Amino acid sequence: MTTLAVPMSSARPANPSHIGPPAPTLGAAANAAPDGKRKIKIQTTDMGFFYGTHQALQKITLDIPERSVTALIGPSGCGKSTYLRSLNRMNDIIEGTRVIGKVLLDGEDIYARDVDVVELRKRVGMVFQKSTPFPKSIFDNIAFGPRIAGVRSMATLAPLVEQCLKQAALWNEVKDRLKDSALALSGGQQQRLCIARALATNPDVLLMDEPASALDPGSTARIEDLIDDLRKNYTIVIVTHNMQQAARVSELTAFFCMGRLVEVGRTKQLFTNPKEKETEDYITGRFG
Amino acid sequence: MSQTPENFSANLAWRHRMGWLFAATCRLATWASVVFLVVILLVIVSRAWPRLTPEFLTHFDSYKPESAGMLAGILGSFWLILFTGAICVPIGVGAAIYLEEYARSNWLTRFIQLNISNLAGVPSIVFGILGFTAFVRMFGVPRTAIVLALGFADVRIPLPFGRSVIAGSLTLALLCLPVVIIASQEALRSVPASLRHAALALGATKWQTISRQVLPAAMPGILTGVILALSRALGETAPLAVLGAAYFITFAPGRINSASDLAQHPDRLLQVPFDQFTAMPLQIYNWVNEQSRDFQQQVSAAGIVVLLVVLVLMNGSAILIRQHFQRKIRW
Repeated sequence: MTTLAVPMSSARPANPSHIGPPAPTLGAAANAAPDGKRKIKIQTTDMGFFYGTHQALQKITLDIPERSVTALIGPSGCGKSTYLRSLNRMNDIIEGTRVIGKVLLDGEDIYARDVDVVELRKRVGMVFQKSTPFPKSIFDNIAFGPRIAGVRSMATLAPLVEQCLKQAALWNEVKDRLKDSALALSGGQQQRLCIARALATNPDVLLMDEPASALDPGSTARIEDLIDDLRKNYTIVIVTHNMQQAARVSELTAFFCMGRLVEVGRTKQLFTNPKEKETEDYITGRFG
Repeated sequence: MSQTPENFSANLAWRHRMGWLFAATCRLATWASVVFLVVILLVIVSRAWPRLTPEFLTHFDSYKPESAGMLAGILGSFWLILFTGAICVPIGVGAAIYLEEYARSNWLTRFIQLNISNLAGVPSIVFGILGFTAFVRMFGVPRTAIVLALGFADVRIPLPFGRSVIAGSLTLALLCLPVVIIASQEALRSVPASLRHAALALGATKWQTISRQVLPAAMPGILTGVILALSRALGETAPLAVLGAAYFITFAPGRINSASDLAQHPDRLLQVPFDQFTAMPLQIYNWVNEQSRDFQQQVSAAGIVVLLVVLVLMNGSAILIRQHFQRKIRW
């Protein structure tokens, strides 16, 4: 977190103009041109984020299209995880945080007064970096979301659990031991369990915070295949440190640095022909 | 560069000897405590031996050492601890949940926290004086009694509570509260934040997160604290003595002296909290102060043996309950 403490306003004093304006045009162009008129699922306009008095995000303007994978990359402490967690208001848990600007989900401001955070989080699921299975059975883990929403009958829960586990490509491995503890699963299986658990609340959006960073290459490949399957039905935003992973799974990539959105564009274009010098330095490994 | 002294080997032998000496001292300290415990137990059991009969458990107290029994104390302590737990567990766990999960950290909560920690160290006799004023005398309200006519039974509730089981339980509950709150807070704090975040991210409300994930995960720790607090309450003499609880009594609370009493008059259960009582440590204290050497040595030792057995059983059941919950949680 020490990198966050670097005064971000003074980092590039000579060129303040590129903090805001260029990014949105790129983003808008990227998702409007090749994909036709794909609907914007999440729209962030001039969004800023504060931990107390410390500003962690500045003027983020980013459009995330529906049913696609958007990767957020950048050096540690650049604010990409903070941005991700502000999309389902998980940052609300931390005392003294504040958001300015607009974050719209399906055109509605998620920070508006009348928004119920519980309902928002049901619609915007999240998978964490460290897999967090509940200390319960595999079945109870998946059924947690529906159960807290009031679903009681096993006739509804059982097929739902099966469907979610199948969607997360875990069903064949666990179908005979649904009553076993979820903590007995391997790391990769636990992470797929967490994805299945997030799917069980039937969200529109899935936020993934470095979902494969603690996994071996085989498990990582499985998670990536899974993301590829899920993009047909869900809007996925994924934070990753692994640039090959971003290149493999995402359609759009946004590069964050020191609390700013430096560049956003079609993944292929951003990795082969970045517009900004900073982006180029980062993806070629010269910095970050 | 560190300089190696020429007499390194000579020093080494001395250092090894010091190490050995230290280990030996620690071993001695361990065995010393074990030896003391064994000696005390042997002395007590040998003194108590002539009195350790089934009658000692089933008879009430008597002026004759050979027929004195502990039934009033055993049943009195049972009811006392039962009501103490019923009062202090919900309040203590509730306060801990509020302080850990809901309360913002400001000067008021820090002040409350500081006071709870301080209360845990207050001598028990102080709680006795508090209980005497607040529950036994109720700040001097005139003596009355409310009679609840329930049709099948009449329950007589004395006001103020006087030297009743409920006054004793309320006092002991105050005594246990700080310990229960602190232990519960620590148990809640040890539940990883990731568990809370995962539940919240799935659209759980704060209450659902606490009741379905955090509390079950904290339960073993909470129960350990509760049982330890209640074990302490079970052995407390001073606050009960200050309350003026009876030393010598020949009936059990609610006049339920045996299982058959309970079967024939289950309605007497309602009178239990408002009846007079004695407790095991009070009876022991009373016997030690008797003139007769038989009482002083044999009967009191037998009482101590019974009290110790009950304490061991309580702590044992605490371990069993904890293991049960831990298995259910499946970490």
